[in-house]
Amino acid sequence: MKAIVPALVVTGALLVLSVALAQTQKSEKASGGPAASYDPTIYAELQKAPDKARNRPNPLQNDPEAVAAGSILFEQHCAECHGDVAEGTRKGPSLLVPEVQSAPPGAIFWLLTNGVVRKKMPVWSKLPEPQRWQLVRYIKSLGGPTPVAESQAPKP
Amino acid sequence: MSSIIRRTALGFAILWISLACLPSATRAQENPYIVAYDHYLEEPGNLEIEYFSTFGTQRGGNDFHAYWLEFEYGATAWWTTEFYLDGQTTFGDSTIFTGYRWENRLRLLKHEHFVNPVLYVEYEHTSGADKILKEVEGHDVESDYAVPNSLSRKEHDQEMELKLLLSGTHKGWNFVENTIATKNLSNEPWEFGYALGASRPLALKASAKRCSFCRQNFIAGVEMYGGLGDRYSFGLNNTSHYLAPVVAWNLPSDWTLRLSAGFGLNDQSHRFLLRWGVSREVPGFGSMVGRLFGGHK
Repeated sequence: MKAIVPALVVTGALLVLSVALAQTQKSEKASGGPAASYDPTIYAELQKAPDKARNRPNPLQNDPEAVAAGSILFEQHCAECHGDVAEGTRKGPSLLVPEVQSAPPGAIFWLLTNGVVRKKMPVWSKLPEPQRWQLVRYIKSLGGPTPVAESQAPKP
Repeated sequence: MSSIIRRTALGFAILWISLACLPSATRAQENPYIVAYDHYLEEPGNLEIEYFSTFGTQRGGNDFHAYWLEFEYGATAWWTTEFYLDGQTTFGDSTIFTGYRWENRLRLLKHEHFVNPVLYVEYEHTSGADKILKEVEGHDVESDYAVPNSLSRKEHDQEMELKLLLSGTHKGWNFVENTIATKNLSNEPWEFGYALGASRPLALKASAKRCSFCRQNFIAGVEMYGGLGDRYSFGLNNTSHYLAPVVAWNLPSDWTLRLSAGFGLNDQSHRFLLRWGVSREVPGFGSMVGRLFGGHK
């Protein structure tokens, strides 16, 4: 019985911690709230991909099932933060923007593999390589709403 | 006694039914290890609730069924925190609560590497009757577990446990090595242990159709763990070691089932440890709690 009291205290402490984190997280799923505002610095991580990674071609580029499989994987692992159709949420940026859609497949694969752990993007290397390439195929298939020249990026 | 078991079973049934009713859009991709850890942390804001059982044969005493409930929360992408509640039933003896643990795992490097280190820090407050065998360390041997609950529960252990988790994934294979150092806070020497593991999904490509029985949902592997003595007598003398094939089934509904059959590798080990576990991911738990307390509307 004595051991239960500290157990309850720790449980309570964890709950408070969860609340505190949730408050700072600004997290709200797309379906339940507005999407994140456009912030080009978020996408700068894609530019950090080394040339070797950036130049890797997608080995599943011609796989007819890759997009469909990637769509299911996206729903299971990515939609929680990036929104059901990758439009972005408060928790994760849109993947429809030109920065992502015009990025080489290898750069997106590199970002999926390494995550951006300081900015809450988990490492996804626990998905086998072919599944990550299927995700890349799906993300690239979304196309994006506007061409590069008409993007929301600030004009000089 | 039977009323305690009935109440416990009812509690678990309510818990799992509640969890099953939660909305779910994601699927866990959990490794099959029960003792070893890889370098993958819980996704930020997600809560994973896990229940595990260990059935152990016992020479010189009664067989036992130990169990623990685990709450794993992804605080950030580089920090996961977990809280455990342990209990056990020794057949022909009694059913008792044996203590709690608070565990933290911290990812040390920003990017993915060939080998990825994670620092593990745990505080545990358990009784001598704890039999979950979540890790084997020091000179833990089978005969330690033959003591009747009425005696072993009088012993109280407060321990700090440190682990260096090394893990890497290559061509679908995940390899892990955990080095364990434990310090009982009541002036006992440092104890050491290890855990090794390797696993791989049965298929690397995902299916283009939704399915529960697709090969990519199954991850099979093996883990080996044991003690390495203590500060004054480091080595394999008077230690126990286990080898266990493991398998995990990641269901599309966010449930994961794990099974492990462990075999003792020397005379100091339990001959057989059957472990199984069930877990469920609760995506966006942090946000849900935040909204509950007046966070973002």
